Amino acid sequence: MSLILLAEQTLNGLQFGVMLFLMAAGLTLIFGVMGLINLAHGSLYMIGAFAAAATAAATGSFVLALGASLGAAAIAGVLIEVTIIRRLYDRDHLDQVLATFALILIFSEGTRWVFGSFPLFLDTPDYLSGTTSLPFGVQYSLYRLTLIFIGLLVAAGLFWMIAKTRIGIRIRAGENDREMIGALGVDISRLYTLVFALGAALAGLAGALIGAIQSVQVGMGEPVLILAFVVIVIGGIGSIKGALVGAILVGLTDTLGGFLLPRLFALFLDPSQATSVGSSLASMAIYILMAGVLLFRPKGLFGDA
Amino acid sequence: MKKETLLNVALMTLLLAVPIAAWIADEPFTITLATRVVVFAIAGVGLNFALGFGGLVSFGHAVFFGVGGYAMGILAYHAQTYTSLLEWPFVIEGTKSMPVIWLVAIIVSGLAALAIGTLSLRTTGVYFIMITLAFGQMFYYFAISWPAYGGEDGLSIYVRNGFPGLNTMDPIQFFAICYVLLLIILFGVHRAAHSSFGLMLRAARQNEERVQAIGHIPYRLYLTAFVISGAITGLSGALFADLNRFVSPTMLSWQTSGEIMIFVILGGVGRVFGPVAGAALFILLEHTLGGLSEFWQIYLGAILLGVVLFARGGLYGLLAGREVAHD
Repeated sequence: MSLILLAEQTLNGLQFGVMLFLMAAGLTLIFGVMGLINLAHGSLYMIGAFAAAATAAATGSFVLALGASLGAAAIAGVLIEVTIIRRLYDRDHLDQVLATFALILIFSEGTRWVFGSFPLFLDTPDYLSGTTSLPFGVQYSLYRLTLIFIGLLVAAGLFWMIAKTRIGIRIRAGENDREMIGALGVDISRLYTLVFALGAALAGLAGALIGAIQSVQVGMGEPVLILAFVVIVIGGIGSIKGALVGAILVGLTDTLGGFLLPRLFALFLDPSQATSVGSSLASMAIYILMAGVLLFRPKGLFGDA
Repeated sequence: MKKETLLNVALMTLLLAVPIAAWIADEPFTITLATRVVVFAIAGVGLNFALGFGGLVSFGHAVFFGVGGYAMGILAYHAQTYTSLLEWPFVIEGTKSMPVIWLVAIIVSGLAALAIGTLSLRTTGVYFIMITLAFGQMFYYFAISWPAYGGEDGLSIYVRNGFPGLNTMDPIQFFAICYVLLLIILFGVHRAAHSSFGLMLRAARQNEERVQAIGHIPYRLYLTAFVISGAITGLSGALFADLNRFVSPTMLSWQTSGEIMIFVILGGVGRVFGPVAGAALFILLEHTLGGLSEFWQIYLGAILLGVVLFARGGLYGLLAGREVAHD
C-alpha cells in the first residue's frame, strides 16, 4: 500500500465530506430554525441534478447547468414550503416524517414520469477534466479538487453569512426564540421560506456537482439524505459547525474504511475472506461511528448538551 | 369506545370474508393479497406497540422485519441444502418447520431490538428517529455485502415451510395460519395495552417525570415495549418471507421502515386494530392505483399527504372519532 494511494483516498474522503456538508448544512439549518425533519431534502438534491443534466444537454455549458441546479432546487423548495411544509412546523416529528416521505414518493415518481427510468449523464467540462499534480507527487482529478474547493468556499460563505450579516443574525435569533423575533417585527414566515430555499439550493448544487461524477437518476437522493442525517446527528442537530466536522468525519470514515479495512483484514485472513469481511464492515463503519458518538454524547459533538 | 369495537369486528370479519369468498370463487390471487394484508398488519401492530403506546418513533423497524425474514431464509436454506448452520461448538441444523422458525424469528428479532433499543433509547426525539434509521441502514448494508446468504440477490426457498397437519402451499390454509396468528397477537397487544405495564408506558409517553416520581423507570418501560414491538415485527417478517418464499435485503431497506410506519399512520396511531385497517387500505390502494397507472406512487404520496395534513388520527380517527388522544 503506497502512501500516494492513501493520500488520494484521503482527498476522495474530503471531497465526499464537503459534498455531504452541502446537503447537511441545509438539513441542519432547517431543523435548527424551523424544527422540521425534512426527508424530501434528498428529492431537492435529485431535482438539482436533473435540472443540471437537462440544462447541460440543452446548452452545453456547465456553469449554466450549476446555475440551473441552484435555481430549480430553490424554486421547488419555495413551492413545497409555501404549500405544504409550512403546515408541518407545529406538528410532531412523526407527522413531519410521514408528510415528507409522501413528498419523496411524489417527487421520485414525478421525475420518473418526466425523464423516464434511464439514468441521465452529466459530463464534467473539458477545462476540469484530467488530473493535476499536487505536492509530493500526488496526481489528483482536477474536477474532484474543484469540488473540494467549492465545498470549502460555500462553507466559508455560510459561516460568514451566519456570523456577520443581518439575515444570519435573524437565523440565529430564530433558532433561539421564534416568538421573540416575530414580536420584534421580523416577518417570520418569510424568514422560514428563505432558509428553506437556501437549504434547497445547497442540496440542488450538491446534486449537480455529484451528478457529474455519478449518474443522474431517480432515487439518487435517498442514500445521500441518510448519510446527511448521520452527519447532522454526529455533529449535533442545528449546528453548522457540527455539520462541517461531521461531514468530513463521515466522508473520511466511509472512504478510508472501504480502502483500509479489507487491507487490514488481509493481514490475518485469506484474501477473498478479507475482502468480504472488510467491505461489509466498511459499509457499516459510519453507522458504527454514529452509534459510538451518540453513546458518549447523545446530542452529538456540537449539540446543546 | 363502542364505535371502535364495532369497527374492529367489522374489519376483522371483512378480512376473513374476502379470502373465503375468493376461495369459493377459486381466485387464489385475492387470497394472497389478503394474506399480504394480514402479514403487513402484524408488522404494523408490532410497530404500533412502540410508536402508538410508547411514543417511540422508530424509523428502523425494517431491521426486525428483515431479521425475521432472514431467520426463516437461513434456517430453510440449510434444510433444503442439507447443510448444518453451525458445526461448532454444537451442531445446529436448518429446519422447515414453521413453529420452530417463528420461535427463532421472535427470539432473534427480540434480541436485535434489545441491542438496538439499549443504545437508541439513550437518545430522544429526532435523535431517536435518526439513530433507528441508521441502525436500519447498518443491517441493510451488512446484508448486501455479506455473500454467504445471497448478498444483494437474496435467498430463494423452493417449498414453503410446513405446519403440522396443514398443507401450507394451499393459499387459504396459509392465510388461515397468518390470520390466527394476527388474532392471537391482537389479543395479546390489547391485554398488554390495558395491563399495568401498558398504562404505565402510556403514562411515560405523556409525562416521564411523574412516572419516575411514582417509582418507575421510563427507560425500562420503553425498552420492554421496544423489544416486544421488534419481536412481533420479526414474526411478521418470517411470515412475509414464507409468503414469497424469498428473502432479500429489500426487506431491510429504509423504504420498508417507511411503509410499516405508513400502515400505522393510515390506520390510526395508538389504536390496537389501527394497523390492520392501515395495511388493508395500503394494499387496496397499491392494487387499484397500480392497475390505473404505472406511476401509482404519486397518488399514494398525495393520499398520504392528505391523511397527514387533514385527517389526523387516520382511518380510525375518521370513522370512530378521536377518543384516544393522538399526540
